[in-house]
Amino acid sequence: MTLVAVARLVAAKDLRIEWRSRVVLNQVMPFAALVMILFAFALDNDAALTRVAPGLVWLAALFSMLVVVQRSFAVEAADGALDALRVAGVRSDGIFLGKSAALALQLAVLEAVLLLAAVVLYQVDIGAGSIPLLLVTFVAATLGLSFVGTLYGGLASGASGRETLLPLLMLPVVAPVLIGATRATEAALGTNGASSSEGWPWVGLMVLFGVLFGAGGTLAFGSLVDE
Amino acid sequence: MTSPDTPTPSAAGASASGGAVRRPTGTTFTRWLGAAALVGMAWLVLFGLVLSPDDALQKKGVRILYIHVPSAWLAYLAFIVTGVSSAAYLYKRTRSLIWDRIAGASAEVGVLFMGIALVTGSLWGRISWGTYWTWDSRLTTTAFLFITYIGYLAVRGLGGSHHQRARRSAVLALLAVLEVPLVHFSVRWWRPLHQQESVAEGKLDDLMLFSLFVGIVSFTLLYVWLVLHRQRVLSMADAVDDKGLDGALAARRAEQEVSS
Amino acid sequence: MAGSLEVGHPAPVTCHLTDAIGGTTRVGFTEAVSVSSVSVAVVDLRGVVAVQGGFPVLAGADLAVTRGEIVLLRGPNGAGKTSLLRMCAGLLPIERGEASVLGHDLTVDRTAVRRRVGLLGHANGLYGDLTVADNVAFWGATVGASADEIAASMRRMGLADRLRDVKVGALSAGQRRRTALACLVARRAELWLLDEPHAGLDAAGRDDLDATLRDAAASGATVLVASHELERAGALATRVVEVVGGVVRAPAAGGEVG
Repeated sequence: MTLVAVARLVAAKDLRIEWRSRVVLNQVMPFAALVMILFAFALDNDAALTRVAPGLVWLAALFSMLVVVQRSFAVEAADGALDALRVAGVRSDGIFLGKSAALALQLAVLEAVLLLAAVVLYQVDIGAGSIPLLLVTFVAATLGLSFVGTLYGGLASGASGRETLLPLLMLPVVAPVLIGATRATEAALGTNGASSSEGWPWVGLMVLFGVLFGAGGTLAFGSLVDE
Repeated sequence: MTSPDTPTPSAAGASASGGAVRRPTGTTFTRWLGAAALVGMAWLVLFGLVLSPDDALQKKGVRILYIHVPSAWLAYLAFIVTGVSSAAYLYKRTRSLIWDRIAGASAEVGVLFMGIALVTGSLWGRISWGTYWTWDSRLTTTAFLFITYIGYLAVRGLGGSHHQRARRSAVLALLAVLEVPLVHFSVRWWRPLHQQESVAEGKLDDLMLFSLFVGIVSFTLLYVWLVLHRQRVLSMADAVDDKGLDGALAARRAEQEVSS
Repeated sequence: MAGSLEVGHPAPVTCHLTDAIGGTTRVGFTEAVSVSSVSVAVVDLRGVVAVQGGFPVLAGADLAVTRGEIVLLRGPNGAGKTSLLRMCAGLLPIERGEASVLGHDLTVDRTAVRRRVGLLGHANGLYGDLTVADNVAFWGATVGASADEIAASMRRMGLADRLRDVKVGALSAGQRRRTALACLVARRAELWLLDEPHAGLDAAGRDDLDATLRDAAASGATVLVASHELERAGALATRVVEVVGGVVRAPAAGGEVG
């Protein structure tokens, strides 16, 4: 099978699983909203909240992403399906791209919800002029995050003592995306006097990140997951 | 299979019964190397603590630099060596495990010196401008490198055959090579360079620079010595695993004799 | 007698296979498959030692299986039957010895052979949140099976129409086993590696399974079954091989061993 065909097959399977089980919808999204509320409890300063809202949105996204990635690989580990995929000779770069695509879609929905929460809870204003940069930022960041998540998620799944590795391995790597996405979002929303034009270089960085880890992950996923 | 730099067991150490061989990891080369490193350290102490002048602004506080700069240098050297060894393991069709061991040994030594660099850097910052931490790109990237390498060492401990461990760690190391520059640049853009950077470079006089140079050289000698020894210990540990396999094989086959 | 596979000899061969569903498919081989006399060595193991977690799960396997055979692997628990099957599927790294499966040298590359092999281990490899139909369709799609073949696989393993849209997680253990076997049928493997496939199946399920295995062998596939169901599997098998203490001694085909 071609790479695209395998990726499409695996992505469809992952999305169908989510559609039937609704775990991300019913469990992770409430968790994300909860994190946003807890930030408000901890920071206790409305003006500060509005100012740091972009950072909080992306932090909440990262923490929720850990759960989604673990779920993505838990469905494989439950009945030895990842093993079965390997035995079936399904190409691992296709598995990587397929799972990344499904993860990206789920993350995108999650981020939309988080943005909505920020508008509601932190009084964030989204003007019409912000939307282009905002959209591109979210797309670029989501791509990079899903590649990294799938890559290290595969390594950190399965045997005990492995799942706890996921945050340690993944979070340092996504730091550039956190910085870039937050700065670009601030620029889009005009927080702290940032102007739109400052955001585009960060988008460039995130696109570079996404391309590098997309390519790296496609090559490396098989080695990390294989025995 | 012995590599060129693995020492042969001393005749006095081999015992006739049981086969327990005491094999030291030192060779003539490492003994000379160790002596040179010791001499270098002595020079460093002499120059760093006694002979070099106080800084005009920081007074005696500047002496931390003689530990901090070489440690940071070593941290990055170790990182590069791990990256190159990992690539070497993956590249060569023969897949020699010595590259994997060098990568692992270098990472262990590197983590140690990264920790030293971070602590001394933090102390120096406190003395120089009153804060334990600044978000400049070098310090932050070093912190990230530190954490990444702890993750790398955790993955090395996951088990499996030697080649599985080697392949996984090698891939992880190369991903780290990808990650660290990205972290560096994003932090750099985030917090552009302060004057602190130029303070470190601009106002050192010649004797201080020389002491720094002595420090870098002797730390490098120390690094090589540590990595060589550690690599040999890892090699022996792998050999023990293999011998264990022979023993387990024999036991397993004996099991078959009994039941048939 | 072992045949040979000549690699690099451009001789297209056309083959008529009767597959497990009862239809006839014509398959053209463009890579080199030279079949000398009647049998082809599908599995050829010499002194294979495989290690898992430091423990030698296989301590010396010598086995030769020719195409079309149904081989029963017999032995006590912990003998290495599961490991032998997993090793043939390219899942276990090989420490010592030589291993050739379907012409692939497993000491060199363990991944190329997997496409042509079907392994059913203790786990079923199913997605609990998806329906029976989803699962079989997915695994069939990995080899490009058509919707008809997928439907036929499900019928073959007695999965009634009413079960098609039930989530696998809600099925009984036996029904899940049937689903896993249907997925295996849909994949049209050349070498079937089954680890205690009868376990959990009711009498009808076991009959279906036996019939499927006979059909598979008749149409050119090879089957290795590890089972404690000695009577049933013994009747099904063309040969019985003993596995004890990680050691297998069955270097040549023909006749019962031990």
